[in-house]
Amino acid sequence: MTKLLEVTDLRTYFFTEAGVVKAVDGISVSVEEGKTIGLVGESGSGKSVTAQSVLRIVPRPGKIVGGTIRFDGEDLLTKSEPEMRKMRGSKMAVVFQDPTTSLNPVYTVRKQLTDILLLHKGLTKDQANKTALGLLEKVGIQEPESRLNAYPHELSGGMKQRIAIARALSCEPKLLFADEPTTNLDVTIQAQVLDLLKQLQKEYGMTMVMITHDMGIVADMTERVTVLYAGKVMEEAETTTLFTDPRHPYTEALLKAVPSVAQTRALEVIPGNIPNLIEPPSGCVFHPRCKFAKDICMKEVPQWEKVADGHYVACHRWRELSLEGRS
Amino acid sequence: MGTMLLATGGGSLAWKGGVDKMSVGSEGSLLQVESLVKHFDVVERGIIGRKKVGEVHAIDNVSFDLARGKTLGLVGESGCGKTTTGKVLLFLEPATSGSVIFHGMDVFETFRKGGSAVDAKKLRRGMQMVFQNPYTSLDPRMTIFDILSEPFVIHKNIPKDQWKERVYELLRMVNLEEYHAERYPHEFSGGQRQRIAIARALAVDPEFIVCDEPVSSLDVSIRAQILNLLVDLQQKKHFSYLYISHDLSSVRQVSHRVAVMYLGEIVELAETNALYDNPLHPYTQALISAVPVPDVKHKTTRIILPGEVPSPINPPSGCRFHPRCPYVTDVCKQVAPTFEDKLVTGHFVACHHADKFVN
Repeated sequence: MTKLLEVTDLRTYFFTEAGVVKAVDGISVSVEEGKTIGLVGESGSGKSVTAQSVLRIVPRPGKIVGGTIRFDGEDLLTKSEPEMRKMRGSKMAVVFQDPTTSLNPVYTVRKQLTDILLLHKGLTKDQANKTALGLLEKVGIQEPESRLNAYPHELSGGMKQRIAIARALSCEPKLLFADEPTTNLDVTIQAQVLDLLKQLQKEYGMTMVMITHDMGIVADMTERVTVLYAGKVMEEAETTTLFTDPRHPYTEALLKAVPSVAQTRALEVIPGNIPNLIEPPSGCVFHPRCKFAKDICMKEVPQWEKVADGHYVACHRWRELSLEGRS
Repeated sequence: MGTMLLATGGGSLAWKGGVDKMSVGSEGSLLQVESLVKHFDVVERGIIGRKKVGEVHAIDNVSFDLARGKTLGLVGESGCGKTTTGKVLLFLEPATSGSVIFHGMDVFETFRKGGSAVDAKKLRRGMQMVFQNPYTSLDPRMTIFDILSEPFVIHKNIPKDQWKERVYELLRMVNLEEYHAERYPHEFSGGQRQRIAIARALAVDPEFIVCDEPVSSLDVSIRAQILNLLVDLQQKKHFSYLYISHDLSSVRQVSHRVAVMYLGEIVELAETNALYDNPLHPYTQALISAVPVPDVKHKTTRIILPGEVPSPINPPSGCRFHPRCPYVTDVCKQVAPTFEDKLVTGHFVACHHADKFVN
């Protein structure tokens, strides 16, 4: 399989008055064409900033200070802003968490959908209108004709997110980032949207990066997972392997800390808090909260080691630990 | 739900002394909610004055009871009335009708004009609330000591020379340290703030706490800390919780019984495992099936409900769920189903076709 996206040793720092926030500090992640991968982590883990870096939309005072990003055979970090503008929306697109802020409140749905088609595909107005209508039908919007003339505030949260998805798909991008696309939605609407994403991914053969903190969505939607913590990669594996045979204590802890609707079990607590990224912990960033931490974990940054084919971990002690997954 | 009430009037509030434990309803129940209704007026503003043009049926005919030391989970999607229920119970919003009996005392009567101010304060001490967002529920200009001792100022339940010791005790109860008392809320993380909010609720020794989405704004690794803390405190102090959440997984984790709300009504109420393992209402079934399960081997068929929750201003006729229900028949469109437990004792459901789903 060819790798559509290959991010290597990415470093994106935010130069704030309080100090340098190392939001992404050496993250590597790759995505094979046609697959869905998950980027999992809590707030401050660097999952969204990784996506922003690939799209080169890191907000100020953030800056990409190191690493390489290869997408579809090209080096994205050497591209000029006009070149990037041509790629965004047409070759790679993003669905953000909150459709209320990602859609422009002063434009109709029609304008927001057709603008992108006029710009990237060079369609005429009539063609763009037709395509927009087709897109709304595709994402399951009832009465698409009247919805085209609606403003975002006239639509429910679920509908807005469908429109954001339609907009992201309008130029049939190769790569779609879904950044917590259902976090603001109710469960039954979340089910609708996840279903829609799955179905569209199949139909378009799209490559998808699912950014989420919800292990349930990871289990349900992804084929491979990269687990992030405090701007670094902890573990990477096939989803099934990650759940049944985790090798990083953080992955194990995360799996044991989340309640499930299917059964009740004792929840294991991860002590402490998410670290401050201006002065991240020395050695392994997870060591202050890790129940297996030893001296070496405080002193040395763990290497990225291969556990098996396609399974990697950054932990000093992975060989000696026997961790439990979920089954 | 036909709970026998032993109304003892406003006078018998000596439960703090541990004397009057018998003055509660049947089966040691602490709180009885009967036919609670809350409608909000929809008002149109004209040039001259305002005109009422409709009503939002926020909650309709909600009844349940809650035993001492137990947790009732209240789940539903946004707009179903779960938060309003919590607020109305504590008289943070006046109810349109219905009654809430806490320890044999009529809550609404006590708080309404003419009620005794002394009794009202005692009720407040018995019933507390933890809000969803600890970033807005703590005053940023008060130190943690001030926040935790403010209840003592109001309720005068502790002599001033013991405040410090009590604040420290509260901090320890929620796994914080004594030195935290001198700090301000902004110095704490979300999880720690939620602990402070819980400590503040505990400051007046309540027996009943409404927890409104207490972990929704927290990170996954922090949620387990708070959920376990709530359960530990309950085991030690026998608190009763009304745990309000849209997250069915955390509700399953902490609740003894669960009530499911849809468009202002409770559609199903049962023991937690009974409700999750054999849901009798099609809405509950869809809701549970819609939650992604964090297990790779778990396979469910998701029931995808068509459409969205209708407006509570003009709720649908008959069964309010009928426009989205996969099992809808004519009777559902015309007749509102009764909420009863005749199929399985203790498993209340409001559905004409619930008998189809009994295992």
